[in-house]
Order: sequence, then structure tokens, then C-alpha cells
Amino acid sequence: MQYVFTIAMIKTDILIIGAGPTGLFAVFEAGLLQLKCHIIDALPMPGGQLSELYPKKPIYDIPGFPEVLAGDLVHNLMEQIKPFSPGFTLGERAEKIDKQLDGSFIVTTDKGTAHHTKVVAIAGGLGSFEPKKPLIEGIESWEDKGVSYMIKDPEVYRDKKVLIAGGGDSALDWSIFLAEVASEVTLVHRRSEFRGALDSVEKVQALKNSGKINLITPAEVIGLAGDTHLNKVYIQKTGEEAPIELTVDAFIPLFGLSPKLGPIGAWGLEIEKNAIVVDNTLDYMTNIPGVYAIGDVNTYPGKLKLILCGFHEATLMCQSAYGRIFPNKRYVMKYTTVGGVTGFDGTKKEAPKAVVKKIE
Amino acid sequence: MTIVDRTGQSHTVLAPTDMNMNLMELVRSYELAPEGTIGICGGMAMCASCQCYVTSSHHLEPMSEEEEAMLSEAFHLQDNSRLGCQIPITENLEGLKITLAPEE
Repeated sequence: MQYVFTIAMIKTDILIIGAGPTGLFAVFEAGLLQLKCHIIDALPMPGGQLSELYPKKPIYDIPGFPEVLAGDLVHNLMEQIKPFSPGFTLGERAEKIDKQLDGSFIVTTDKGTAHHTKVVAIAGGLGSFEPKKPLIEGIESWEDKGVSYMIKDPEVYRDKKVLIAGGGDSALDWSIFLAEVASEVTLVHRRSEFRGALDSVEKVQALKNSGKINLITPAEVIGLAGDTHLNKVYIQKTGEEAPIELTVDAFIPLFGLSPKLGPIGAWGLEIEKNAIVVDNTLDYMTNIPGVYAIGDVNTYPGKLKLILCGFHEATLMCQSAYGRIFPNKRYVMKYTTVGGVTGFDGTKKEAPKAVVKKIE
Repeated sequence: MTIVDRTGQSHTVLAPTDMNMNLMELVRSYELAPEGTIGICGGMAMCASCQCYVTSSHHLEPMSEEEEAMLSEAFHLQDNSRLGCQIPITENLEGLKITLAPEE
């Protein structure tokens, strides 16, 4: 017996995988060609590396910007593409690609969201950011049984005993947040110094002083125990003999994220040096027709992993995608100064008309 | 300099002092670790993918607060751990020996 499922599917012209600067700018170039875009990203916010790794750091080689903060560049790109109303599937990782008989693709995420698209543009940078797992024996067996590497729904921890490990912003911020939700919050870090925003460090200090956060430093979690669910952790304080035994309901190690090429590596694309091989003499298409790779994720002779190169690659990719989607249309590129920018949201930007007036 | 890669193989390489290069970049220039597994953040001391162990007795510049903080969150940490991207190549590093830390 066959079942036919009707799933509400997201439909788009170009599906972009990766919401970094290259992926975002592709939306603009596609929009000029009246092509609609949808973006998938594993992170919960757009910007990719720029948002995740260095939002407060300056970049000096964006043409026309003597200096711009990474976070501001992302903000500006979001503003620039707003008229083209891109769709976003954030916090989900592109998992599977299925080519359809008509040459289109269905890309499905790890959460099952399906996207039907004419063209796929992988702008995946270094890959999708995944949490780093600490080297504690048997930690894998406690995953989803008390151990999680990111917090999706803080309510899960209401009135629970929670242990957080890590020394960066996310460890600090979640300790502060959960101090009001959980019945007990313990924060463990290898050093007594924390690498977070000053404001967060001060808040944790205040919560420690008022007894709302139990701080154990310098120390490390060295062992986990329980029956069907985690209920005990062993913490080794530097310089002490015996480890501390602590009863907990949840252990949340927050040691940052590290990028992995992930499932895309198994899509049948030609991979070299952890990057996707493309034809740079033409349009950055991969060995799968209709699938392009742009920005840091691709490689070709002379490749440079620069944002400005990603912008160029995104632009040529869109031209090629247009040709694939409308093989019979004749197209002549028009400068934005001449043609303006006509958004899908009804907005129109255009250069003011020159005033022609006689001087008497 | 001598660099032991992640497979345990030792490489003796010439390190230029006139190119404003650091140890992470040196490893990449000789492709001693696959692209995408080292220098992920580009050298901002924000990812620890260039962690290495200094196994010779050279005197290195002390760690910056940023390097120390990043290493404090890294795995496979040893007393001689450093971030390659934070060590500029200078003449007094002649004969330096390092071993690349495992990938996280």
C-alpha cells in the first residue's frame, strides 16, 4: 500500500544554505533579477561567522567601508535585502537533497522542514556550527538523558538542579538566566577568570554573592553517573585530592561552537580540502547541475576566502541561476542607478531624476 | 623549525621572518594540517583550532589575556599549550619544536 503525504512545503527560486554575508548578498543580486530566495542556517540568527565568532571585530577590506564592525555589516546586509523579503529557516541544518524529475530539488532540514527550489546555492562557509563536546568518558551515553550542549527551551530546567560548564558568554548568560528558573545553578570553569562581557561577569558575581549561583572554579567536570537519567557529576577542583560529588538533574557544557561541513559532505559533491570544488571560469556551479557553491565553502585554483570575493561569486551565481530558470529569456544587466531596486514588498528605490532647467 | 603534525609525522620547515607570519599560518603554508581544520577563525584567538604544544625550551612572549581565555576553554590542554596564531615568527624561534594538538 502506498501513502501519499501532502506536506506544506516552502517554495522558492533559489535556496541558499548559509546566512553569512555571501548568502545574504546573494538575496540582493537574485532580487534584482526578480528571483525569490529562502535561506537555511543552523544558527538561530543570520550572519554566520560574523555573528557567531566576531560581531564586535572590525573588517577593513569591504570596498567602500574603510572600517566596519562584523555585526554592523550583517545588519547592513539585512537592511539591503529587506525589499526582497527572503524567507528564513533558522536553527535548522540542511540535511538531505533530493533531485526531482523536472530538475528542481527538495532540501530537507534535520527538523524535517522541506524546501522545494529550482536552484540550490550552498554558501555554507566553514560548515554548520556545532557545539564542542567536552572529553568526558561516556558523555555521549547521557545525551538527551540529562546532558545537552545547547539550551533550546529553558523551561525544561524549571525547578531542576542544573550544572553549567564553560567560561564564555553563553555559559555566563545562561547561568544568569537559569538562576531565576532552576532550583539550583552551579557554574564550573577551569579558571577563575571568565571571558565574557564585563556586564555578565558582574551579574554572575552578584548572583554568586547572593547565593543564587554556586560557583566552582578552577575546576573541571570529570565524570558522570546515574541510572536511566543523569543524576550525579564529579567535579575535580584544581589542587584538591578528591573530586566533589554533586547531585544534578542536568549538565549543560557550553564550550562554544566549531564548524563542520556536516551532511552536505555526503550529497555527492566533489570535495577537496574540506571545500566544494566549483567551476570558477563560469558560475561557481558544482558537479551537480543546479547546485552552486559560493563563498568560503568552495574551492578553485586561486581561491581566496574573503567576504568581497563571496559577493562577486554570489553575483555571478545569480546570473547563471537566472539562465537556468528562464532559459528562453533574453537578459541585459542593468545598473541599480539606472533601474533602481524594486522590492517584492512593494517598495521601490530609484535615483532622483536630474533637474533640467534653463539658467536665465 | 620542527612541526609534528596530527598524524605524528615530523616535518622540518623553513620559517620566514619577513612575512609577518605566525605559527598557525606557517602550518597552513606547508599544508601540514588539512584546510578547514586549522586557523578556522583566521587568527583572532577565537577558536583554538591552532592549539599546539611547544616541546623545545624556547622563550616565548607571554600569553595575552585573549589567548589565555581561549585556551582555558579548549580541550586536550597541556601545560605547554599555545595558540599558534598568537605566536609571530621571529629570529629567536630558530629551532623551535611544536606538536599540533588533536582536532576538537
